[in-house]
Amino acid sequence: MPRTRTPAVDGWFGGEGEAFRLLGTRCSSCASVFFPREDAHCRNPHCAGGPLEEVPLSRKGRIWSYTDSRYRPPSPYVSNPELPWEPRALIAVELAAERIVVLGQAAPGITVAELAVGMEVEAVPGVLHEDAETTWTIWHWRPTGVRV
Amino acid sequence: MTVDVAVLGAGMHPWGKWGRSFVEYGTAAARAALVDAGVDWRDIGSIVGADTVRGGYPGYVAGATFAKALGWQGARVASVYAACASGAQAIAAARAQILAGLAEVVLVVGADAAPKGFFRPAGGDRPDDPDWLRFRLLGATNPAYFGLYARRRMAVHGDTAEDFAQVKVKNAAMGALNPYARYRKRVTAEEVAASAVVADPLRLLDICATSDGAAALVLSSVGFAHRHGVERPVRIRAVSTVTPRFPNAVLDLPDIATDSAVTVEPAGETFRASIASAAYEEAGIGPEDLSLAEVYDLSTALELQWYEDLGLCGEGEGAKLLREGVTAPGGRIPVNASGGLASFGEAVPAQAIAQVCELTWQLRGTAGDRQIAGARAGITANQGLFGHGSAVVAVR
Repeated sequence: MPRTRTPAVDGWFGGEGEAFRLLGTRCSSCASVFFPREDAHCRNPHCAGGPLEEVPLSRKGRIWSYTDSRYRPPSPYVSNPELPWEPRALIAVELAAERIVVLGQAAPGITVAELAVGMEVEAVPGVLHEDAETTWTIWHWRPTGVRV
Repeated sequence: MTVDVAVLGAGMHPWGKWGRSFVEYGTAAARAALVDAGVDWRDIGSIVGADTVRGGYPGYVAGATFAKALGWQGARVASVYAACASGAQAIAAARAQILAGLAEVVLVVGADAAPKGFFRPAGGDRPDDPDWLRFRLLGATNPAYFGLYARRRMAVHGDTAEDFAQVKVKNAAMGALNPYARYRKRVTAEEVAASAVVADPLRLLDICATSDGAAALVLSSVGFAHRHGVERPVRIRAVSTVTPRFPNAVLDLPDIATDSAVTVEPAGETFRASIASAAYEEAGIGPEDLSLAEVYDLSTALELQWYEDLGLCGEGEGAKLLREGVTAPGGRIPVNASGGLASFGEAVPAQAIAQVCELTWQLRGTAGDRQIAGARAGITANQGLFGHGSAVVAVR
C-alpha cells in the first residue's frame, strides 16, 4: 500500500510543484505578516488586532546565513539510528517582500560547500521522513536553477 | 537610577559532570555564599531559586527545594524560570524584595545537573512549543543557531575561523586560573582548528559544553551591609530583564522565523543591544566606565557579537577589538575573566548568577591569579530562550 503524504505540521505550506508556497497569516487591520502562522491574535503591539487571513509567502528569497548539523540531532527529530548520519544543511532565508527570515532544511544533496550568503533560493516541497504508513512532508530551500 | 543593593556573599560549586543532584550543588553553593557573607541561614529573610527541571516539573520547585535542604526556617520563597536568564531574574526578584522593604537579606541560588549531549526539549508531542518544533521539523540544535550567527558574521563583517579560535584561546587561558571552572587547560588555536566541526563553521572547541554547576549570592540592603560591618560592599546597580521589541528581526533561538518587519520598522538596536542599554541606563554608566564584562559565550563567535551589543566597539568591529587585545587580561576591557562558558559549560539556572559571582570577586580584588587590576565596575550579559533579557551592572 502506498504511504499517505501528510504535512509534518498543519497549515504551514501547501500547493504542488511550481505552486508550492509557505503559508503565513496577515493581520487584516495592520497587514503584519506572521510565519509560522499566527491565528489567534495579531502580535504587533501597535495594532488593536483584526481577523488574520492566510497568505502565501514569496517563493524565492536570499540566504541570510546557513550551517549544518554534523552530529545527529536528538529527538524529537526523527532519523534512523541504524543508518550513518548524513549532515543536512540548514538555511535561513530572507524574503524581501515580507521582510522576514525563515529557517529550513536545504533540499537533499545540497551541502554547505555549495551555499553562500546572498545566494537566491526557492521553497520546494520535500520529505522530512517516512514511516510504515506515512510520508511526512516539509518545505526545503533549494538554490534556484538547481533541478532534481 | 535606582537604589543599590549590596552583594554580601558569593559562592559556587565547581562546574563539571559530577553525576550528583542539582539540590546538592545548589546547597553547597548556598552554604559557601552564606559563609562568605558571614550570615547565618536562619537570618535569611527570603530565598529565591532559579529553576531547573526535575521529575517533569520544570521550575516550581527550586527555591523551596534549596530551603528544605538548608533546613526549613520559614523564609519567604520564590522560584523563577527564564531559561538561561533564570539567574538574572532570580537576582531581580531578590533585589525588588530588598528595595521594597519586604526582606533585608536574601539568598539567591541557581543549580543544575545537565543532561548529556545536546539540550533537547521535554518529551511528548508538543507542536504548540516552538522549541519542540525546531527540533522536530528541522533538527535545529542550539549549535546550529550558533553556526548561523557565526557564518553571518563571516559574510558580513569578514570574521574568520581564526578569530573565533582566538576567543577560545583567551577564555581557556583565564579558565585555567579559575578553581570553579570545569576546563582548566589552556587551548591553542591549532587545537581549536583540529577539533571536529559541529555546525559549520563552528568546531567543538568553539561551542560551550553542558555542565553541572551551581552559584549563589547573598544580597542585602546597603544599610544591612553597613550594620553588618561591610563598609564598602560590592553593589548591584542595575538588573536588566527586558523583552524584545516587535518586530524582532534577528533570528533567535528557538524560533524558525523572525518577526516580519513589513509594517513596523525594527528598533534601531537589536534585542541583545537593548538588554545592555537598559542596564546602562538604569546604572547611569556607559561602556566607557567598565573595568570588565562577563558575557554569554555560548560560542566563540557569539562573544564577538556581544562586544558590539555591549557598545565596547562599533558594529562589525568585534574581531578587531579581540585582535588588538582590548578584551584580554591587561586590555582596556577584559571579557570573561572567569573563563566564560568556554571554561565552565552551561548549567542553565546557575550561569547568570555565576557571572555576578565573578564580578563580585573581581570588584573586591579577591579573584586571585585572574584578578583584573583596579576593577571598579562590571557588566554581565546573557540571554534566555523565548525572549528573556539578562544583564547586571555591579560597582564598588
